[in-house]
Amino acid sequence: MIIHHPLLGPRDAAEFVYLGDASLLNRPDPAAPSAAEDFYTYLHLRDNTAGEHRELWYHEQGDRSWLVLTRNTLTHEITRVELARDVAGQAS
Amino acid sequence: MSGYRVNQGLLADSPAVPFVFNNRPFSGVQGDTLASALLANGQTLVGRSFKYHRPRGIFSAGPEEPNALVELRTGAFKEPNTRATVVELFNGLTAKSQNHRGPLSFDVMAINDRLSPILSAGFYYKTFMWPKAFWEKLYEPVIRAAAGLGSLSGEEDPDSYDKGFLHTDLLIIGAGAAGLSAALTAGRAGQRIIIADEDFLPGGRLNLESFLVDDMPAAQWAAHSIAELRTMPHVRFLPRTTVYGAYDHGVYGALERCTDHLASSDGKPRQILWRIYTQQTLLCAGATERSIAFGDNDRPGIMLAGAVRAYLNRYGVAPGKQVAVFTNNDDGWRTAADLINAGVTVTAVIDTRSGEAPLPIANARICMGSEVIATQGRLGIHSVTLRNGQTIHCDCLAVSGGWSPNVHLTCHQRGRPVWRDDIAAFVPGQTIPTGMRVVGAANGSLSLTQALHEGHDAALQALQASGLTASANTAPKATAESTDLSAFWHVAGCRGRSWVDQQNDVTTKDIALSYQEGFRSVEHLKRYTTLGMATDQGKTSNVLGLAVLAKLSGKSIEQTGTTIFRPPYTPVPIAAFAGRARGKHFRPVRHTPSYQWANQNGADFVEVGMWMRAQWYTQQGESHWRQSVDREVRQTRESVGICDVTTLGKIDIQGADASEFLDKVYANTFSTLAVGKVRYGLMLREDGFVMDDGTTARFSDTHFVMTTTTANAVSVFRHLEFCRQCLWPELDVHLISATEQWAQYAVAGPNARRLLETVVDAPFDISNEGFAFMACAELSVCNGTPARLFRISFSGELAYEIAVPARYGHALMDALMQAGQPYNVMPYGTEALGVMRIEKGHAAGNELNGQTTAANLGLGRMVSAKKDCIGNVLSKRPAMNPDNPIELVGFVPLDANASLNAGAHFIRPNGEPNLASDEGWMTSVAWSPSLNGSIGLGFIQNGSQRLGETVIAADLLRSKHTEVKIVSPHFVDPDGERLRG
Repeated sequence: MIIHHPLLGPRDAAEFVYLGDASLLNRPDPAAPSAAEDFYTYLHLRDNTAGEHRELWYHEQGDRSWLVLTRNTLTHEITRVELARDVAGQAS
Repeated sequence: MSGYRVNQGLLADSPAVPFVFNNRPFSGVQGDTLASALLANGQTLVGRSFKYHRPRGIFSAGPEEPNALVELRTGAFKEPNTRATVVELFNGLTAKSQNHRGPLSFDVMAINDRLSPILSAGFYYKTFMWPKAFWEKLYEPVIRAAAGLGSLSGEEDPDSYDKGFLHTDLLIIGAGAAGLSAALTAGRAGQRIIIADEDFLPGGRLNLESFLVDDMPAAQWAAHSIAELRTMPHVRFLPRTTVYGAYDHGVYGALERCTDHLASSDGKPRQILWRIYTQQTLLCAGATERSIAFGDNDRPGIMLAGAVRAYLNRYGVAPGKQVAVFTNNDDGWRTAADLINAGVTVTAVIDTRSGEAPLPIANARICMGSEVIATQGRLGIHSVTLRNGQTIHCDCLAVSGGWSPNVHLTCHQRGRPVWRDDIAAFVPGQTIPTGMRVVGAANGSLSLTQALHEGHDAALQALQASGLTASANTAPKATAESTDLSAFWHVAGCRGRSWVDQQNDVTTKDIALSYQEGFRSVEHLKRYTTLGMATDQGKTSNVLGLAVLAKLSGKSIEQTGTTIFRPPYTPVPIAAFAGRARGKHFRPVRHTPSYQWANQNGADFVEVGMWMRAQWYTQQGESHWRQSVDREVRQTRESVGICDVTTLGKIDIQGADASEFLDKVYANTFSTLAVGKVRYGLMLREDGFVMDDGTTARFSDTHFVMTTTTANAVSVFRHLEFCRQCLWPELDVHLISATEQWAQYAVAGPNARRLLETVVDAPFDISNEGFAFMACAELSVCNGTPARLFRISFSGELAYEIAVPARYGHALMDALMQAGQPYNVMPYGTEALGVMRIEKGHAAGNELNGQTTAANLGLGRMVSAKKDCIGNVLSKRPAMNPDNPIELVGFVPLDANASLNAGAHFIRPNGEPNLASDEGWMTSVAWSPSLNGSIGLGFIQNGSQRLGETVIAADLLRSKHTEVKIVSPHFVDPDGERLRG
C-alpha cells in the first residue's frame, strides 16, 4: 500500500505502524460522572466497518507524524490523509 | 523415442550444448529449454505422476507445465520441482526425473495405478481415520514417501538473493504481441516504461507462429522491436522476469532470474525480487491453452497443440514423427498446417465440430464431428481410437480445447473474472486493480491482429493519462487468422480414465465423486480433489474441471464460478523473499558505543531488544557464569562497579507545557519536580495496567529527560507521540528520541563517589550535600567533555548514572576504569544488574508484564488522585481493585540450599496444585551473593499482610515443589541508607 503523507508525499505503508480506529482521538472527559463507562466504550468498543473507515497510522520510519487515513476496508482505496494533530485540533 | 530436430526455427544455426538427464549425456542447442532439448533427443517420457506414478511426458511449452517437473543441479544447489519447459539449457546442466523408485521406465510404485479404484478423491480422509495414533507414525510417512514431488538437498542454499525497488510510469507485463506493440507506441512518445517478460526470449507468441507482422516474420519483428526499445534510455527491459503479484496502489512483485541460465552464479545474486511502483499497468500476459478430457489422455506424447507448434517454430523440434491433432477450434488446425509445411507427417486432424475443414491439410485423414475416445501405448502413445471405432497411428497427439486468458493478476485484489460464451473462457471482470488495463489475449482478444491493435490503443490511453502526446504511428499489421471455437470439454462414455489435472492425478470421475459426496462449490471441489493445486495451480486444468462440474450440476460455467487466483502467479522461492535477510542478517543488532570495549574485556553478550548487552565479564580462572556474576555483585556492593546502561530509552522533552504533558502521561506528578532533580515515574496504559517505568530528570523549567526500559523504548516513544499529537495537540511540547545520542553508565557501590570525584571537572560539587540522592546536573568531565550526571540507583548502592555524547562512550569507559583502579573497579553485566535489583526489590520486565497494576507492585499510592492521567479512570475499575489483590513480595526457600524457579505458582501447604488453589506466581529468582542463598520476587494474594507465612512454590512443568517463606521484597538495605549515604 502507498500512503500519501500530507507533508512527505507518497510513502510505502511499510514505513508506518497501524493503530486502529480514529475514534481514539476522542478521549472522554475524565471528570464526567459517566467517565468509567465512557472510557470503557472509548477503549474497547469498535465498529467493524465494511467500507470507509477512518483510522490512525504512525509514520515511525519517517517523520513520526500520526495520520488519520480514510480507507475503504473492502478495496484498500485511501481517499483522504490528514495530520492527526489537525483533526484533533479541530475537534476540540 | 519419437521427437527429432528439423532444420528450421529460430535455433537453426545455434551451437550445440551438452547436458545430462538421468545420468545420461544428451546434446541440445543454445536457446533450447530443457524440454525442447529432451524432445529433440526423442525423450518422450520425463516423469511419473504424483499419486498413481503414471508415466508422463512434456505437456506444454511454458510455465503452465503440469507434468515435466525435474530436479535441477546437484548437491546443495539441487532445486526440485522445476518445470523443464521454462528451464533455459546451459552447458553442463544436470537434471533428474522425480517421483519414481527404480528407473524412470520401470517405477515399482506404478502399482498404485492398479490400485486406483481405491485411491480416488478423498481417499486419505476416509481410509486412514483409525487408529488415530497411526496417522503421524505410520500412514503419513508412508503416503508422503509414495506420493510426492522432488526432494530437497537438506543443505543450506549456497546462492545469494537480492531485493530491489523500481519506480516507473508504465509497467508492461509481458513482451508478446500486445506488450511490444504498446511499448513501441509509449516508448516512442517518451514515456518511462518497465517491460517485463518471464521468458528468456521475449516475444511471446510472436516466436511461435509462422505469421507475418509488418511484412516480416513475426519473430523477426519481435527482435527488431526489442532492439529498438533497448536503445531508449527511458525504457527498462526485464527479460527472465515474472510479475507474480499485483498489490494495492500500483505495487507489483516481480522475480528476475539472473543466473539460473548459467552454470554458476559466480558470486552474483541468483535471483532478484523486485518491488515495482507504477502509475499505470498494461497486463499483456497472453492466454494458456487447455486440454480436452478423454480416455487415457495423459500418455507421454499427448501435448497441447499450441505447444507442438511452439516446439516446431521456435526450437525446430518435431515432438513426433507421426502427429495427430484433436481440436475443438481453428487454432489446432494451424498446428497441423505448420507441421505439414515443415515436412512432418500429420496422420489425422480430428475436430469435434461438424462441417468444412477450416484449412487444407495434405495427406492427413480429416475427421470432422469426431472424438478421440481412447489412446494406446505404454510409456508413450502409439495410436488413438475414435468414436466410430477407427484407429489412427500417431506418436504424438496434439490437443487443443481452446484458450484461457491469463487473468490471474486482475484477480489479486478481489477481482472476479467473467465468462464469455463466444470464446468459452473467463476474461477480466469489471473490478481490476486501479491503474491496470488488460490487453490482447489476456483480455480475450485472441488473434494477433487484435493483440497488436489493443496494445497500441492502450498505450495511447496511457500516454493521455500521463499527459504525453503520441508520435504519429499506427498499430503493426499482422496476418489475419480465424479463432472460431466450440465449447467442447469432455468426451463422454470413455472406458479409460479421463484426466483433468495431470499434476494432481484428478480425473473426471474424481470430480463426479466430489459432487456426489456434497463437495459441490468450486472451492470445496478444489480442496477435496486437489484439482488446481501445487506448482501449476491448474493453469491448464481449472476451466476444464469447472466445465465438468457445471455439467454434473446442470448449471452453466458462469453460474458455477471459478476459484480465486492469489499471488504468486508462478512459484517464487522462499529464498528470494528472504533476500539478504538470512542468518545474522535476518535481524540486525545494535551496538552501544563501548561494545568494542566490552568485547575486549571478556563480555558475554545477550540480545535485549535489538541491543547486544554484556551479560557478564569472564575473568581468568572463571569457568562458570555464576562465578563471574557473583564476583561482580560482591565487588559492586563492597567497592564499585560500572554497568553500560546506554540501551535504556532516552526521550528529550521540551516546551512550555512539558511538565503538564508529563503529568498527563505519568501516573504520578512531575510538575512539582524541582529543577536539578530526578523522579521515578510510573506510566499506565489507558486500560489502567502498568505500561512502563523509568526516571525523568528536570534540567530546566521547560526541559526534561525521560528514561524508559530498554525493551519499551520504541513503544513508549510512539505512545507519547500519540498523546502529544492526537490527544493534546494544544500543548507546547516536543519530543526527540535521544537513546542513541548519549552513552550512559551506572557507577555503583560505596566507592562510586570517590571514583567520580576524579573525572568530574571542577568546580562541580559532587559531595552528598552538594549533589544529594535524586539530583541531576549538566556538567563536564575529563577536562571539558560535556556530560549529564544523575544520582539514581537501581542496585540499591550509592550510585550515579553518567551520560556523555555517544562518541565519547568508549573513551569514558576507559577513563572510568582508569580512575577506579585504586578501588579495584569492575564492569558488571545485565545478570549482576538483575541480581542486585532483585535483592533490592525493584520491579523489572518480569513484573511489568502488562497484566499487573500499580497496586500489585506496591505503588498504588503513586497514582495521583489529584489529576487525570492516561489510565487513571480505568485503574479504578472494581475488577482491578479486589479485596485480595496480588502483591509483590519476596520469597526465600525454607531449605537454605534449595534453589527457586521463576514461573512456579503459589499454593497453601497441603493444597492441590490447581487453578482453584492458585494464589499467585514467582516472577524473578536469583542466587544472592549478599544473602548467600536463593531469593525470589513474586505476586501473591494479600502478600504484604502475609510476611513470615510459608507457602508452596509449585512448578508442575519441572516437577519441583519448594517450601518458601514470604518476606519483604527488600532483601538488601531495606531502609535505603546506602543509596542516600
